[in-house]
This record gives sequence, C-alpha cells and structure tokens, in this order.
Amino acid sequence: MLEIIKEPWPWYIAGPLIGLTVPALLIMGNKSFGISSSLRHICAACIPANVNFFKYDWKKEAWNLFFVLGIFFGGMIAANFLLNPAEITVNPDLKAELAGYGITDYSHLVPVQLMSFENLLTLKGFLIMVAGGFLVGFGTRYAGGCTSGHAIMGLSNLQWPSLVATICFMIGGFLMANIILPVILSL
Amino acid sequence: MIKEKDRHNRDMVCVNESTLTHQWYHNLKYLAAGIIFGIIFVKAEVISWFRIQEMFRLQSFHMYGIIGSAVLVGMISVMLIKKFKIKTIYGEPITLTPKKFNKGQIYGGLIFGFGWAITGACPGPLFAQIGTGALAVSVTLLSAVAGTWVYGYFRDQLPH
Repeated sequence: MLEIIKEPWPWYIAGPLIGLTVPALLIMGNKSFGISSSLRHICAACIPANVNFFKYDWKKEAWNLFFVLGIFFGGMIAANFLLNPAEITVNPDLKAELAGYGITDYSHLVPVQLMSFENLLTLKGFLIMVAGGFLVGFGTRYAGGCTSGHAIMGLSNLQWPSLVATICFMIGGFLMANIILPVILSL
Repeated sequence: MIKEKDRHNRDMVCVNESTLTHQWYHNLKYLAAGIIFGIIFVKAEVISWFRIQEMFRLQSFHMYGIIGSAVLVGMISVMLIKKFKIKTIYGEPITLTPKKFNKGQIYGGLIFGFGWAITGACPGPLFAQIGTGALAVSVTLLSAVAGTWVYGYFRDQLPH
C-alpha cells in the first residue's frame, strides 16, 4: 500500500481529490475555497499600515491561515515520508529546452539551479524568485483570486467572472512561458 | 469613489460569516484539510515548476487533467449541496456568494498568469514547496505578500 502511495499520483486520482476540497470546506463551516486570500490576511495581521484594504478583522478569517499552514505541513509530510526517490519525469522536449539554459537537475520539485539563496543575487534569480513572487501576489489580489478561488471554486459555482479570470491566467502563463521566460532563462 | 457595498463585494472577505462563535481549536479541522491538500499537491507534482512549464507549453495533459477533473467534481458537489440544501456540520445553511465582474479579473489575471509561469507556483503550492524543504521559495512567498500589500496600497488608483 505504502509503495503505491509513494509513486507519483495520476491526474485522475489527484484532480477529483482536489475538487473535493470545495464541498469539504463548505460543509466544515461554510468556507469558500480560496488560497490567495491568506496573503491578504497576512498583510492585515502584520502590516496593515492604515491601508483601507487591510482594515478588517482578519481573525474572523483565521481558518484560511490554518488551512495554508496545513498545506505547508502537508508538503513536509509528503516530502519526508511519502516521496518516491526517483526523478520527476518530464516531456523530453522540455528537458532538451531547459538543458539549453543549464537546468539539468530534476531531483527536486523546484529547479534548484534557479531557486536558491545564492541565486538571489543574480539578475536571473532575482527576476524569478522576487519579481515572479511579486506578480503572483499582486495579480491574484487584483484579479480577486487565484487558481483555487477562481479556477476551481468560481467555476464550480458557475461564475462567469471566474471564467474570464481563468482564461486570463492561462493567456498570461502562455505568453510568459513561451516568449518572456526564455529570455529571462538565457540571462 | 467606490461605494462601501461594492468594496465589500469585490473583496470577498468576511462574506460568509458564521453567526456562531467558535473556540480557536475549531480551526484545527482546516489545518487537517490543509495537510491532506498539501500531500495531494506534492504527490501529484502540482507544485512542480517543471509540470507548470509543461502545461504552458502544451507538452503534457497532466495539469489540464487535474484542474479539469477538480472543477468537474467541484461543480457536481456544489450542485448537490444546492439541490439537497446540505448544511454545515454546525447546522448552518451553506451560502455561496456570486462573483462580480470587474476589469481587475482581466488585468490581474494576466499579471498573475505571468507570475505563475515564472515561479511555477500559485499561492497554494508556494506553501507546500517551502514545506518540502525548498527554503529559497520563502523569498518568493514574502515577495507575494509584498505584491498583495502594494496592490492594497494602490488599489483605488488602479482601473477596476
């Protein structure tokens, strides 16, 4: 049994399980699935600085912070006890492309040759870790949600604004991955 | 000026307030849900930068299968909850707030899309990646918090 769990899970197992988070949170306490809000609650709790957008009782949304803390622990548990030691298998075309940028290490889920503390001081590392993170935080809040709040929760509830947001996520991602990111990776 | 009602609607915060007051430990069930969710994230390689690159280059069906089947299961669940008027474990009715359209979903959506493809992570995976020991990602997370803060600060000047 543990051997099966240690293998990477196929999409048709993981996808439905992720989908079940929607009813699970609703039934647990009428909570709408959404993760990027946690970033806002962190701002409201730590650095509200009299900005209207962060003046609310974040403690009422504490469930969201418990949820993301759980995701952190879940990552820890899976990596330490349930992980298949084999390298992640990716499309050979991607492997060939990334090798051209010197990315050859597939031992971790993130490319350690790009994302490390030493690389923070390089332009490439700065753009990927710092600028990239900034866009994620700024964009999700501007859009009013991320993959969980719009693509999964919003579409589950048949909300067309969420469909618009999801399509824009994908357009942005396609442009970045195929046109801009190759330039950054060649730096 | 933005009307207070609109502001509330757009922010989607504290919209589903419970009328019951709970002790803090009631939140532990969300911690448990998060743990399960985080394990799925890692095991299905959703939090892998490489899988996100494949997705945006149309080189693999994996992520499309995951998001597609998650939405399908979510849709059916929401339909059933509405149809049978299922209540929460505290016996309160489940309410779903409609999302209102504003241009932020376009501009913000594109900006998040850029960030998603660079970092290979949306906000959830950032927490899971740090959990797996990719400690440098905590810089990305802090930067995402900063991005959220900067949005909040300039919000009224941005087109919505």
